[in-house]
Amino acid sequence: MTRILLTLACLLGPLLSAPAAAQQADAPIQVLLQEHGEIIAESSRRSIGPAIDALADSGMPEAQAVLERWQAKEMWIDAASGLFVFAEEVDRDTLRIFDVATGEDLGEVPDDTYDQLKPNSGIRGMIAAALVRFQLIDPDPTVRATALDAIERDPEASHLSVLRAVKGSDGTPDFLTRVERLERLLTIRFAEEDAERIAAIESFAGDLGVDVRAALNPLVATRLEAAKTMPDGPDIAGRLYPDREGLSAGDAYVLLVDAGLAPPRISGEAQRQALESNIQNGAVAGIEVATLSTQTARDLAYRALAETGAVDPVATEGEVNAALADHVFFARYIGAPPAVAQAAALALGDIGNKVAFNRSLDLALDGISLASIYFLAAIGLAITFGVMGVINMAHGEFIMMGAYTGFVVQQVVPDYTLSIILAIPLAFAVTFAAGVAMERLVIRWLYHRPLETLLATFGVSIALQQLAKNIFGTQARPLTAPGWLDGSLVVNDIVSISYIRIAIFVLAILFLAMFLLVMNRTRLGLEVRAVTQNPRMAASMGINPDRINMLTFGFGSGIAGIAGVAIGLYAKVTSEMGADYIVQSFMTVVVGGVGNIWGTLLGATMVGFLQKGIEWLNPSNTLAAQTYMILFIIFFIQFRPRGIIPLKGRAAEV
Amino acid sequence: MSTLLEVSGVSVSFDGFRAINNLTFQIAEREMRAVIGPNGAGKTTFMDIVTGKTRPDAGQVLWGEKSQSLLRMSESRIAQAGIGRKFQRPTVFEDQTVAENLMLALKKKRGPLAVLRFRASAEDRERVEQLAGEIGLNAALHRKSGELSHGQKQWLEIGMLLAQEPRLLLVDEPAAGMTAAEREHTTALLVEAAKTRAVVVIEHDMEFVRRLNCKVTVLHEGSVLAEGSIDHVTSDEKVIEVYLGR
Amino acid sequence: MAETTLSTQRAGRKPRFLLADNASVLIFMGLLALFTLGVTVLSEGFGIGVISTSFVKTLGKTLCLCLVALAMDLVWGYCGILSLGHMAFFGLGGYAIGMWLMYARTEIIVTESLAAAALPPTPQEISDGIAAQIFGVVGASEFPPIWAFAHSLPLQLAAVVLVPGLLALVFGWLAFRSRVTGVYLSILTQAMTLALSLYLFQNDSGLRGNNGLSGLQNLPGLGDVPQSTVSLWFFWASALALGLGYLLCVRVVSGKFGSVIRAIRDDESRARFLGYPVEGYKLFIFTLTAILAGIAGALYYPQAGIINPAEIAPIASIYLAVWVAIGGRGRLYGAVIGAAFVSLLSTWFTGGQAPDVSLGFYTIQWVDWWTVLLGLSFVAVTLFAPKGIGGLFDLIADRRHQDRHGADLGPEPGALREKESQV
Repeated sequence: MTRILLTLACLLGPLLSAPAAAQQADAPIQVLLQEHGEIIAESSRRSIGPAIDALADSGMPEAQAVLERWQAKEMWIDAASGLFVFAEEVDRDTLRIFDVATGEDLGEVPDDTYDQLKPNSGIRGMIAAALVRFQLIDPDPTVRATALDAIERDPEASHLSVLRAVKGSDGTPDFLTRVERLERLLTIRFAEEDAERIAAIESFAGDLGVDVRAALNPLVATRLEAAKTMPDGPDIAGRLYPDREGLSAGDAYVLLVDAGLAPPRISGEAQRQALESNIQNGAVAGIEVATLSTQTARDLAYRALAETGAVDPVATEGEVNAALADHVFFARYIGAPPAVAQAAALALGDIGNKVAFNRSLDLALDGISLASIYFLAAIGLAITFGVMGVINMAHGEFIMMGAYTGFVVQQVVPDYTLSIILAIPLAFAVTFAAGVAMERLVIRWLYHRPLETLLATFGVSIALQQLAKNIFGTQARPLTAPGWLDGSLVVNDIVSISYIRIAIFVLAILFLAMFLLVMNRTRLGLEVRAVTQNPRMAASMGINPDRINMLTFGFGSGIAGIAGVAIGLYAKVTSEMGADYIVQSFMTVVVGGVGNIWGTLLGATMVGFLQKGIEWLNPSNTLAAQTYMILFIIFFIQFRPRGIIPLKGRAAEV
Repeated sequence: MSTLLEVSGVSVSFDGFRAINNLTFQIAEREMRAVIGPNGAGKTTFMDIVTGKTRPDAGQVLWGEKSQSLLRMSESRIAQAGIGRKFQRPTVFEDQTVAENLMLALKKKRGPLAVLRFRASAEDRERVEQLAGEIGLNAALHRKSGELSHGQKQWLEIGMLLAQEPRLLLVDEPAAGMTAAEREHTTALLVEAAKTRAVVVIEHDMEFVRRLNCKVTVLHEGSVLAEGSIDHVTSDEKVIEVYLGR
Repeated sequence: MAETTLSTQRAGRKPRFLLADNASVLIFMGLLALFTLGVTVLSEGFGIGVISTSFVKTLGKTLCLCLVALAMDLVWGYCGILSLGHMAFFGLGGYAIGMWLMYARTEIIVTESLAAAALPPTPQEISDGIAAQIFGVVGASEFPPIWAFAHSLPLQLAAVVLVPGLLALVFGWLAFRSRVTGVYLSILTQAMTLALSLYLFQNDSGLRGNNGLSGLQNLPGLGDVPQSTVSLWFFWASALALGLGYLLCVRVVSGKFGSVIRAIRDDESRARFLGYPVEGYKLFIFTLTAILAGIAGALYYPQAGIINPAEIAPIASIYLAVWVAIGGRGRLYGAVIGAAFVSLLSTWFTGGQAPDVSLGFYTIQWVDWWTVLLGLSFVAVTLFAPKGIGGLFDLIADRRHQDRHGADLGPEPGALREKESQV
């Protein structure tokens, strides 16, 4: 019937519409379109598939143009003739139309009789997928690359043949490698032959790509089933036992109920409702309502009710257990034929091992970068604590001060690279000055009174913190890293590390080197060591301990300032950021042992790795990780009360 | 006389430096002994080991009739067992009165609960006053010990040691910084103490040692160099070489 | 540092009755009784209504803070342990009583709502209902194991004492056993406090995460009693606790025990060579003060109405040290004065009641600047008045006492100052 109408339309069309006379109604592509004219005109995502497939599979050179213009909403249908044309709107009422087969300009016509095809986004996506095969052989390499992206995003069975066709053609090695890999991935998913799929699976042994795991995982999908006896068959993935790993007793029983192998249980709520709806004269099945205040009483009442037939019988606890014991539970492969699924499971197991190894590698990198941060934060503290025996509770606020210095510099100097280069020495200068001021005004008067120093510096700490809050507000301020520090070094899909963290690591190494250089190779270092070991003797040798103490304190504070810039780059700058690091810094120093830079390094490494390790064991909860880390340190102190590298001998006992 | 303290084969090193090297030492009950030796000979470290402050790397320290090992005991347990120690610098509780210092040292139960229930009896107060008399601080009984002179602090510390009623008294340079008259008094105190208990005096001052009139042990580089009467050791060639001769 | 109660200066003399021997104790007790009476007379609940109920609560809370400051003074001022964890013990006491208050009150509400149902509720239903009410906010509906005793007031009251006490005992045993002293110990206690507060901040800590426990001002079963009356009950209880706590502390710090702990504070190793088991004394004091802090917290939080993990954060414990230092540590009334003075002043400033100061170009708003002022004045007190406010009493009342503290003592220069380095 439709065919007749269409044929009629074709015959009558030229008579009704003058310019369309030139249209090639019998061109193969037009014929093809006409064949599917109805569903194309209907434009429904559910039914459009065959039309697109027919066009894409037609092998006609015009098909690409038709699909593209259709996708671009430039295909119109002549309501009179039912013929498809390309058209551009000249103005509100006029169209310029072109032939679908030749692209020939057919002149301007009023749009009265033409209807625009408006494919919705779903259909446009399907068209795009179909277009991929044309784009893959496009001469423009960017088009080809985009086409591969499209396949990766949304692979279809039909792409497989295209990829196989392209595989042998010319192209850059990069392109061909991608095609080849994609072809294998699609083979795993869509190939007909099991042997082919297994071969493709095996070719990916040990591959860490996320795409491989995405292709393999659906293959090993299983469904839990229950039966009286353990069935035999290649598609049985394994047996499960209720109330052990992977299957709770409750879920197991639900399986039985769903399979019709056991009567359902009843929830407390449903039982209560059932009982309530059967109250008669203040009693349920002859049992007084007032006595139903325990679960046992309610169970009895329900059983009595079931016996009268008012409610369905339900399983009791004993019956549930018996049913669970009576049945076997197993997982059945449903994602793929058993042979393929087993091959995939094997490959995934192999990949899993490699993934685990790489994860630990990644974790180690994370640990190192966290250790670098703690080292940077703690090194200044280690200097003041270790060398001078002064606990500086305001150390965290010096870190904050350095970070805010960086922020202010970035407000003035817009170039991020330059501003960071400026910020580092400036942060050092600001915190050095602050440190010297604090030493002169406060700490100098409290030498040999460590607890009072601790409290006085704490006073400074809360004052500085509130001051920062008053000046900069409570919201977090950004400290933007230069562009060349964006992104990360990607080793594979699992191991990666951001450049900022690498930069912080390098900075930590630099500081270690600088510290060793200053302490071991300069006059200042010599004097500092002398004052540390025996201030009176040093004083009598002409060293001014006051000056040394002042410089040491300034130096330690200055390093805190630089650490602040580094920390600000990767975390936010807030007035409380110092407080976030102070306890970890103290832990680092305490664990490492006082008075030795290597101890601080070891301490930072240990605290960093420990925190990352615990976070990995309990990834959902960083708060718990910190809790457990601190508990660990408290226990650690039991065995090494003076840290990893303690001061030994008499010096430690003075 | 039975052996009260026996130190045998004890060694200890700090960062590679051997402070005590295979030291062997014995002292009997109610014996007075002077230990001399140049700086760094390990005299103070020896005391540290006996009182439990430093743990030796090797060796034995045995105490009393039952030959208890002191190495596993804490400082306070060792002190309770009857070893009293006087430090090189006078260490008294400067924020407390002389009477309080002496009361602290009186031989009584040391546990927190026992001390919480403690009430000084008339006897205790008499004993404190008697001790204060012995060390010449009767008038200063209610002064803060921080206000005392250096020599008075030394005596107060000796008084505290006596109040402890130890069986062995370890005294580190008791006469340092004292006037001649004060030394005299100190010597008398020590000699008197040695009548009822063992006393080990570490001293630099040969005159002071001579006046103590007792057996002398010479330490050098962490081990015993010579032992005997003062005349015997001062005529020993090796002793003269390392200590006296130069 | 200097002990001025008369008893300790006369250790050698005949001991008299505790109170008679301590004039300052009598004065303190008298003032506390007068204060309590005065507040009661002026209150809305039982008196002429000059003092509002909320201010009665503030005063009651202040008394609890005085009690915990007393504990802090005992552990720090007398025994030399600068604990940065006593507010954690305070908070634990609050949590322990808060659990019962919240449970019991919710139980009443749930039982009432279930009473309307057709069937009488089962114990399980009541328990589920309470759990859903209490833990709905953190997405849980079951009681965590630590709530096992929450239904019982006597057991939770025992927990007020036992939880802080046991924590202090275990932590103190570990720390003192390994001879962690001085600033190391302070940092370790701070770490413990931080660990505890971070743990409580978690939603699955079993104590409602950062929501904390709330509605604690309502006494279960006494919904009809107005808050003006309840506030006075707690005020009296707080005053009684402070009075008894003061007597207990006086008992501990006077006599030989006080002498020993001050000896430990001033020269730990010397005390050890005298035969005193230093660790045992420290543990005793640490645990005793933790229990005092727990009791203070259990009285404080029902007056505050809410407790959350922020109250336990290390900063709170540091402020406690600040109060004691400002009041004057090493003397019990100093701690009380410091806590009362600073906390009331802080309430005044942060409550927005303090008048702003206009400098022309900038207006100082005390809500923002009070912390700065407190921090700096604390530095000033540490530097210029190490004896704190209590030091003023020496000037007025104790002129006879020669003050040589901090100055060189005896012929050896710096003898006392060097001793302090070992604190």
